[in-house]
Amino acid sequence: MSLAQFNLPDVGEGLTEAEIVSWKVAPGDKVSVNQVICEIETAKSIVELPCPFSGVVEELLAKEGDTVEVGKPIISVQSDGNILVAGPITTSIPIIPESSSTHQAVADVAASVASDENKPNLVGYGSSAHGGTRRKRAAGINSPAVVPASTSSMPIVSPVVPSSVAAAASSTDVIAKPPIRKLAKDLNVDLSKVSATGLAGEITREDVVNAASQASVFRNLTTPAQKTEREERIPVKGVRKAIATAMVQSAFTAPHVSIFVDVDATRTMEYVKRLKASTDFAGVKVTPLLLMAKAMMWAVRRNPTVNSTWTDKEIIVHNYVNFGVAAATPRGLIVPNIKDADRMSLFELAQAIEELAATAREGKTTPEQMKDGTITITNIGVFGVDTGTPILNPGQVAIVALGSIRPKPWVVNNEIVIRQVTTIGATFDHRVVDGDVASRFVQDVASVIEEPALLLD
Amino acid sequence: MLSPEGIFEVPAEYAEYGKYIERLNLDDFLKFYRDMARIRRFDNECTALQRQGQMGLWVQALGQEAAQIGSGYGVGPNDHMFPSYREHGVAITHGIDLMSIIKIMRGVNHGGWNPEETRFHLYAIVLATQVLHATGYAMGVNFDGLVGTGNPDVDQAVITYFGDGATAEGDVSEALLFAATTKAPLVFFCQNNQWAISSPVSSQTVVPLYLRGEGFGVPGIQVDGNDVLACYAVTAKHMDDARNGLGPSLIEALTYRVGAHTTSDDPTKYRPADELEYWQARDPLLRFEKFLRRQGVGDDFFEEVAKAGDELAEQIRAETFAMQNPPLENIFRHVYSDPHPMVAEQQAWLEGYEASFEEGEPS
Repeated sequence: MSLAQFNLPDVGEGLTEAEIVSWKVAPGDKVSVNQVICEIETAKSIVELPCPFSGVVEELLAKEGDTVEVGKPIISVQSDGNILVAGPITTSIPIIPESSSTHQAVADVAASVASDENKPNLVGYGSSAHGGTRRKRAAGINSPAVVPASTSSMPIVSPVVPSSVAAAASSTDVIAKPPIRKLAKDLNVDLSKVSATGLAGEITREDVVNAASQASVFRNLTTPAQKTEREERIPVKGVRKAIATAMVQSAFTAPHVSIFVDVDATRTMEYVKRLKASTDFAGVKVTPLLLMAKAMMWAVRRNPTVNSTWTDKEIIVHNYVNFGVAAATPRGLIVPNIKDADRMSLFELAQAIEELAATAREGKTTPEQMKDGTITITNIGVFGVDTGTPILNPGQVAIVALGSIRPKPWVVNNEIVIRQVTTIGATFDHRVVDGDVASRFVQDVASVIEEPALLLD
Repeated sequence: MLSPEGIFEVPAEYAEYGKYIERLNLDDFLKFYRDMARIRRFDNECTALQRQGQMGLWVQALGQEAAQIGSGYGVGPNDHMFPSYREHGVAITHGIDLMSIIKIMRGVNHGGWNPEETRFHLYAIVLATQVLHATGYAMGVNFDGLVGTGNPDVDQAVITYFGDGATAEGDVSEALLFAATTKAPLVFFCQNNQWAISSPVSSQTVVPLYLRGEGFGVPGIQVDGNDVLACYAVTAKHMDDARNGLGPSLIEALTYRVGAHTTSDDPTKYRPADELEYWQARDPLLRFEKFLRRQGVGDDFFEEVAKAGDELAEQIRAETFAMQNPPLENIFRHVYSDPHPMVAEQQAWLEGYEASFEEGEPS
């Protein structure tokens, strides 16, 4: 008699995990070789697992609904002595002789295997191992590890409550490719409720995305329940504290003045669309913000005082542009800037903006990247609002807000037509920038948005 | 030839095929049944072993036993066979060690057997390539003058196995054309198992596949692929014709892939359940068992076959678990016949990489 464990095998090609859908056996049951013990669902299919041993089930090491990594033990069986130990295809130490801490050792082995650079992937042949030194796999990913039965310190796994899991039962009724099924799972979309638009009733990526956004709209309608405590105290620290200090310093030292202009951005949107489709801009994100940045750089050259710093004794006019982009991050608002952005080509600028945004989103923006900005844009349009009165970044004298761009009635040749319209708002430090310069600057930005060809100037 | 009830009858227009059955005796029939049962048991055990992590992949031949065993025994002792990756049944009729098929699927061997000795060439994983290999080989047999000499010790023919899905590859059309224009001694044996992974045969062709060769000049015939006797007779006859210099022909064996495409596939996602039931009712083993019982074969025989199956399963299991990993240099050994600097460099890198692992206790 000996205790044998069955580790979850890779039943596909390069799968890294599977969900236990249902157990067909319970502790105490007799099992025979190749008897189906459970059903698992992988990224590809639902599969029945046959038992490699015969004997009596000791315990189930995973619950129904658990997602188990390939190589982790899922069941232990008191074998009736007839255990075949796998050859060295995947194992160098199949038998672990110690008795007291055996179970832990097996779990550790499984954990060390599981942590072994395994990235979940849907199809293909598994993630390739990276270079460098790695610990040799001590127990087979796929091989049954065998443990002598004298162990007394077996942790007890809570009894599994049999439940009828029909998770994928409905998956036969819908037609969708595996990546689409994965997407639906990730977006929490029930495929059986998605209306299909594809050929022969196939559910397309768009169908899933549409269903997901509909679902999210409805999710937003559910207002959180009234909280029981009357007040909540959030400590002021970190980014929030820095934002507050900067805002107060700016708002109460620099006299702010804001001006706005509505502009027909149809040509900008067409230009963005053409850039997106051009092979020269393949692989880089092209957005209206990019054109806005370029427009501001052009307008700065024509109105240099908006790109300066007030120091009480002197006004420093910068003949370079460190272009700040306000970025909403999970930790709060930060304003990293692109150094010498005025010397960049459109393509370089697009790359720089994309990189800046990605760095900010990941929370990896460095203090260096936030220092020495000369002028800033804040893209509040992405939040669906038309415009606002942004507060200046300390040390700067101009900030521009780009509002949402959407179809609106617009008068062309005394007729109302539908155009892509946006509002450009800007705030200036009135100590430095007079009304006429501020207006000219905003007008210049607006005219580029209306006619991007001006950039050829 | 065999009705679903196991009644043997040869329609008058197929009398020329019937002659091939007349030459068989009861021992041959028992051998057919034994091998079909053996390959099914092998198949089921391998599927279980894959599910237990002992093989990277398994390709089931479940449901196609008659087409493979019948056809395999119709191939002569000088003939060459070019299989796809599912021809386990054909393999055992020509002495291939079943363990060597497991070795391929376990990833410890690239090929598994010597095609020069066995005349059963290596499994072709890339779809339809073997059909061109077979055509080239058959053209070579022609060049060597080993066709139509009238000497049965000299004359050779070639057979290639492929599925309905492969017929949609350009390779098969090219092969049909070359075989026809060179009058190659080649039999195209298409097992139409109705499904190319998840694509039904209706998406591969609108005319019956046995007619596919007509336009190229390769005559075709359709055979019940779940009738082991019919598959034997048709293969044997067409191989004889090829050997005698009558040129290529195409056989379409209508059968059904009862299992999944491979263990990585889940046919319940795309296949209606009633279709499976329809074909399971036409199971090739069941039908042949009825035939044998009509010949007076009793329970003893079927019990003996079942027992042999249990022993085989146990043996497969034991030998699979006992398999050793091959040495690393095997990966590189047969890339070129002579030493090659780039291969040597890659081998040195891999050996260094393997040596970089720390041996020791897991932490």
